[in-house]
Amino acid sequence: MSNIARAFENGKAFIPFITCGDPDLETTAEIVKAMSENGADLIELGIPFSDPTAEGPVIQEANIRALAGGVTTDKIFEFVRKLRNEVKTPMVFMTYANVVFSYGSEKFISTCADIGIDGLILPDIPLEERGEFAPICKKYGLDLIPLVAPTSADRIAMIAKESDGFTYVVSSLGVTGVRSEITTDIGAMVRIIRENTRKPCAVGFGISTPQQARDMAQCADGVIVGSAIVKLAAQFGKDAAKPIGEYVRSMKQAIADL
Amino acid sequence: MIKSKGRFGVHGGQYIPETLMNAVIELESAYNFYKNDPAFNKELETLFNEYAGRPSLLYYAEKMTKDLGGAKIYLKREDLNHTGAHKINNVLGQALLAKKMGKTRLIAETGAGQHGVATATAAALMGMECVVFMGEEDTKRQALNVYKMRLLGAEVVPVKSGTATLKDAVSEAMREWTSRISDTHYCLGSVMGPHPFPTIVRDFQAVISKEIKEQMLKKEGRLPDAVLACVGGGSNAIGSFYHFINDKEVRLIGCEAAGRGIDTFETAATINTGRLGIFHGMKSYFCQDKYGQIAPVYSISAGLDYPGVGPEHAYLYDIGRAEYVAITDDEAVNAFEYLSKTEGIIPAIESAHALAYAMKTAPQMDEEKIIVVTLSGRGDKDCAAIARYRGEDIYE
Repeated sequence: MSNIARAFENGKAFIPFITCGDPDLETTAEIVKAMSENGADLIELGIPFSDPTAEGPVIQEANIRALAGGVTTDKIFEFVRKLRNEVKTPMVFMTYANVVFSYGSEKFISTCADIGIDGLILPDIPLEERGEFAPICKKYGLDLIPLVAPTSADRIAMIAKESDGFTYVVSSLGVTGVRSEITTDIGAMVRIIRENTRKPCAVGFGISTPQQARDMAQCADGVIVGSAIVKLAAQFGKDAAKPIGEYVRSMKQAIADL
Repeated sequence: MIKSKGRFGVHGGQYIPETLMNAVIELESAYNFYKNDPAFNKELETLFNEYAGRPSLLYYAEKMTKDLGGAKIYLKREDLNHTGAHKINNVLGQALLAKKMGKTRLIAETGAGQHGVATATAAALMGMECVVFMGEEDTKRQALNVYKMRLLGAEVVPVKSGTATLKDAVSEAMREWTSRISDTHYCLGSVMGPHPFPTIVRDFQAVISKEIKEQMLKKEGRLPDAVLACVGGGSNAIGSFYHFINDKEVRLIGCEAAGRGIDTFETAATINTGRLGIFHGMKSYFCQDKYGQIAPVYSISAGLDYPGVGPEHAYLYDIGRAEYVAITDDEAVNAFEYLSKTEGIIPAIESAHALAYAMKTAPQMDEEKIIVVTLSGRGDKDCAAIARYRGEDIYE
């Protein structure tokens, strides 16, 4: 069983996201530890990219802050290698195709495996381009987590069949960011996914409140929260670990009994 | 596993969020139908001829030829098209296609504003809603074009993210498209982005080389020895090259913006200085750092100020079919002034990059050789900026 599968064994999974190096890697280390201690089942670590086309303003700005602080792929690899001694929670990288490709896809993916990263989320790699990265991920035992969107329609089944780790269900049209309301029929998407794979699925994009997390977790195996956490990182800067830890605890509690 | 589509050698593909995949699949199937539909082609030809003013002239620049003393120089006058640039060819094609697909709203990115103005024009003509994304920096540099777009009924959204220039306008237009797909067509302005855009835009721009070929055979009874065009994303260049790709004796020369020089960081010469990467939906050459972060690029020409290049150009470069040279700001400004004084034609600063290379290469060629330079647009929009470059403090 992969580490990612294990993340879904403790009830509904809560999956927080943070951009590495926002505002510096020391703070990111504290935040990741706080997430792990407060019930995060899987942690999504963002490697910043200069032009993140799938992100809304909150995560775009985090990318800019992190890059301005001088963080690089190599520094993030070293950071995770050290962090892995203390944090055992499964971790995946979320980044853009060019960050992986320009590093050398095989070198990037083999390094991920070496430092204890369990999977990869690449929002600009749809099913059509998956063949460029999936065989390398397989070779090194990393899960390449696919995304399905509200517009996927007849593609949901095809994507779910190829799923590794879990299927990332994009809750709404548009980019990442807090939303007051999610109107997509998530239940219907999840039903098609479950008909086509035994791997779990988690919902992300737009979730910020415990109630939204609970609503989403009713129909899926986990929830992913990014922008709401990155907002706290922006607000509290170097002191963000404590409020983020508290937030993660409240979110995990909201879905724990489901 | 599904196969990757829209490849030019290793370049191209569809590196976009899943949310957009069905939209580009729908676009591809509509395009594959309509490109072979005689009624669609007739309608587009009528728009080209009766609205945009095609065919554009192939003009023998006799004074320039004599002055430079070498190859005979012809200018393909895309600057004479309605809205003043080649951009209208692609926009009329895409707007008509979008309309056939039942879309009621066009969105577009723009750098200098030429593609934005062309899109706003087509939207006005066809009764469609139009939103144009433009880097905030560019809205200041090109205030007149912002006004024109509004006059034509479009909404202009200033983009503040990143470097607030063309690449950020593309990113923002893509973000907007992911949030509203059902009634909206993204009218991409160059031969870039995910498949099928590089192919669709090329096909609509290929009218340029189709006309050059016919006009040249009529005037000279033979093909030209070289075709020159400026390259940012590369739409006027691929349009100028396309029907000559199989005529191996015709040299194809793309002229990139070197900015302050290809040995500086202030450059936008992607093929000369970039390396293979994945961005804005395609694999191609990009200006980027060691870790794949996209570089802030620079050129005096807002229309060439883009860190990537269309995938078909990257491929033509790889196989050695086309050459790509770099022209500095200084050389382009000199050519801008030279053509104005010599032929009475004020070229766009983008097109002046191709002219600058013609000025270098024509004198080294025999008198019986013939070169064609595509004048992709007219230079009215650039006058104030060039005056400032020369130290004259004028504003439009």
